[in-house]
Amino acid sequence: MIRIGSGQGFWGDDLEAPVRQVEGGPLDYLMMDYLAEVTMSIMQKQRSRDPSAGYARDFIPLMERIFPTCVEKGVRIVTNAGGVNPEGCGEALVAVGRRAGVGGRAKVGVVTGDDLMDRLDALLAEGHELRHMETGEPLTSIRDRVESANAYIGATPIVRALEGGADVIVTGRSTDTALTYGPMMHEFGWDPEDHDRVAHGVVAGHINECGAQASGGNALVDWWTVPAMESVGFPIVEASSDGSFVVTKHPGTGGRVSRPVVSEQILYEMGDPSSYITPDVVADFTSIQLEEIGPDRVRVSGIRGSVATDFLKVSIAYSDGYKAVGTLVYAWPDAAAKARGAERILRARLDRLGLVFDEIRTELVGWDSTHGHLAGPPPADLPEVQLRVAVRSRDRASVERFTRELAPLVLTGTPSVTGFAGGRPRAQEIMAYWPALIRKEAVQPHLNVRILEV
Amino acid sequence: MARVLLVELAHTRSGDKGDTANVGVIAYDAQDYPLLRDLLTAERVKAHFGALVKGAVERFELPNLNALNFLLHGSLGGGGTVSLMTDAQGKVFSTALLRMELEVPDEVARRVKGKGRVPADFDPMRTVPAPEGA
Repeated sequence: MIRIGSGQGFWGDDLEAPVRQVEGGPLDYLMMDYLAEVTMSIMQKQRSRDPSAGYARDFIPLMERIFPTCVEKGVRIVTNAGGVNPEGCGEALVAVGRRAGVGGRAKVGVVTGDDLMDRLDALLAEGHELRHMETGEPLTSIRDRVESANAYIGATPIVRALEGGADVIVTGRSTDTALTYGPMMHEFGWDPEDHDRVAHGVVAGHINECGAQASGGNALVDWWTVPAMESVGFPIVEASSDGSFVVTKHPGTGGRVSRPVVSEQILYEMGDPSSYITPDVVADFTSIQLEEIGPDRVRVSGIRGSVATDFLKVSIAYSDGYKAVGTLVYAWPDAAAKARGAERILRARLDRLGLVFDEIRTELVGWDSTHGHLAGPPPADLPEVQLRVAVRSRDRASVERFTRELAPLVLTGTPSVTGFAGGRPRAQEIMAYWPALIRKEAVQPHLNVRILEV
Repeated sequence: MARVLLVELAHTRSGDKGDTANVGVIAYDAQDYPLLRDLLTAERVKAHFGALVKGAVERFELPNLNALNFLLHGSLGGGGTVSLMTDAQGKVFSTALLRMELEVPDEVARRVKGKGRVPADFDPMRTVPAPEGA
């Protein structure tokens, strides 16, 4: 049996969680997921300003804290913190490892080859159209605005890095799930064609990839009864060679691992549950069997897998105009009417200025921002409401001008308004997401694993 | 027959894939799953959301988890970084489904009454201690 703990569910997650995982009990692997669709484009922006950036910078000071303990206890780390610059991340990691006193005692594996940006025109010329998975449009329609392009890669390079003796593995756009099932494939020597076992690994990865969301965090079921969330234990997968595993957490930590909590995480971002596609296998989530076998222990088994497709998904980020969001707060009495009145005045001014927007969206936070019309009419005695106005445009000047039109409403609009202390909203460039598919043979020969000595 | 809200019968979790929100619905009690499966059709879910969902609604069954999964296409204002919505990634989209009214047998309504909401004496400022004293 091996224990694979989850340390980060996204870039910006609880920085103490990985420390609790490596110090709070036995552990063989710590996986940390830093990437989301939105994250890649943020990292791309950072790298365009500074060529040494473009990875999850938080990961480096975190490693300075836990590297010595990990080396002493033999906890290996698998992470996609490398973002759009795994090599830069690997080099920073080597430097911080030496500073933390593990020089000569650890190896770093850097996985590259997922980045398709430099090869994009060659790929298009070879006939890879990279059509948008939902709209079917070919990539050529936005080629000149593409900022990054990365293939979602599976477990193969992670297994290769582990075979090469890496103690910390840094990848770019590895799938979130491969960070968990890569170690399982390596430890148990699974045949990649053993689809059922690999599918178990995928489900383990899906449970681990959002951190505490599988151990009581953000769980809706009986949330008020979940103990000690201030010291929540992140999930740990106790994996067996037959594929089945137990989800648990370290003893003495807060949170909850139960059948309904794990079920919520399984359904998160779910598409067709009978066909959960990864680079290594297609897993059938309708075959998952969950069983509570003890306090904070859920056994997972019975999962069926089938042969992977011939394609990898590609995450492409492209520049798609600008947006800005601003807010004002209106107080009782008649808070909603005042906010709506201010909205009307603002829209009329934007219109009179001849500004061009693809969309102007207003929400009254405290009433309709999450449930829309299902929230019903605003109660007459609503104590206060926040007017949130967001605009989007291809024309940067229109968005910039909008950011100067909100503050004047304080003295030139409806009354009882406050909450403008944060200053003018900021115009932001939009990096939009273009999901596509590419044949595996166009990516896999380019995958590379480099082992660095700390 | 009696009227209940979905919040009394099920808990939910949602997320996004581009401009599509997913809504997972899990029966609190396994015995209520067949009822949810019969009542929560794709058509009824589409009608419930109305203008909030521009595209089609697809439904998938997960009897192994006493759960249903819905895909609500065209519901996130373009999705991801493009969307101007507060809930651009559909994180709480599923809670709007919990408002749905359902006709259920009287004994079910009696059994689930008050489920899914915090008890009146709940104090959010007091921590629930961990069993082994974290």
